[in-house]
Amino acid sequence: MTTSELDAGEIFRSLPGVDDETNTRLHARLAAEAQRDGVLDVAYRTLDTPVGVLLLAATERGLVRVAYTAADPGDVASVLAGLAAAVSPRILRAPERLDEVSRQLDEYFAGRRRAFDVALDFRLARGFRRSVLAHLTAIGYGRTENYAQVAAAAGSPKAVRAAGTACATNPLPVVVPCHRVIRSDGSMGRYAGGENAKAALLHLEGAA
Amino acid sequence: MRPFEQIVTEYGPMVLRVVRAVVGPADAEDAWSETFLAALKAYPRLPGDANVEAWLVTIAHRKAIDAARASARRPVAAADLPDRPATSGRPEDWDGDLWDALRRLPGRQRQAVAYHHLAGLPYQEIASILGGTADAARRAAADGIRNLRRTYAGAAGPAPAGTAGGDAR
Repeated sequence: MTTSELDAGEIFRSLPGVDDETNTRLHARLAAEAQRDGVLDVAYRTLDTPVGVLLLAATERGLVRVAYTAADPGDVASVLAGLAAAVSPRILRAPERLDEVSRQLDEYFAGRRRAFDVALDFRLARGFRRSVLAHLTAIGYGRTENYAQVAAAAGSPKAVRAAGTACATNPLPVVVPCHRVIRSDGSMGRYAGGENAKAALLHLEGAA
Repeated sequence: MRPFEQIVTEYGPMVLRVVRAVVGPADAEDAWSETFLAALKAYPRLPGDANVEAWLVTIAHRKAIDAARASARRPVAAADLPDRPATSGRPEDWDGDLWDALRRLPGRQRQAVAYHHLAGLPYQEIASILGGTADAARRAAADGIRNLRRTYAGAAGPAPAGTAGGDAR
């Protein structure tokens, strides 16, 4: 380290450190101005629920991603990396855009809501998977179907395995109720949040 | 490409320190916000191998020039300058003596000092922001530090009592 660097360290000692309050204020201002200028391509937040911490992300079109994160910063980072690649890297933590869906999820987990009424952006699912997701939104609260029924309803009765994959890779779990699809023998089948979460949701809805 | 949120988290504090030193306490948060909003807009076009610090400091540099032009058009408000050092991040608690000393530096010296010692940029990068050669950037930073040592009491430990008129510490 040179003399001038030692001097600089002394000189800038009194330059204020950046505290949480300042960070929070600047971050909120950036998110608001990005929204105002139409460059907040993806807004996200996390939400504590009885089945774990969910990451919620929305584009200007609607809710684009719900992800189980196990409260793990690595999980959050990998979901955000996926959104950066598939949607846009213009991503900010900006809870306001998720206020309405967060409120509805809180009501759902409290047993006071049976259907979600928010705009959905299905751009992360294509083709047959998207047809499956579209059908899932028609399976009512507390009801279940098996994978063969879902495949048939989505237009390809023989694509039972593909229907299973579509459910397991649902980008919008809980809100698009892939948890209502179970095996024909009555066992749970694959679920992004794990079998316990799936069982808990079905129990909440009085279906199991 | 990394989510922009990670860019804000990783580089936000560095940019705030730089703009505090370059434009001062009253305008620092405006400069920070304008820098990151412009960066967010341009971000999808940033080459994958770009030096993110240098890119952000370049944007901050342009925003600081814009802010200086704007503030030259409005009267100086003496009340904006705090008169007591403090260490919290609130702009009104800033060390007025340090900003006073920084403000007296020629612009290139203040910028070279901030971009090297607060942003950690090599002189070659600073030269491409300021124009001129890397050697000229190095000299500007060294002259800036020498001038600050002469004009800023904080560099030599706590200021002796009674030197700041009316300060009742």
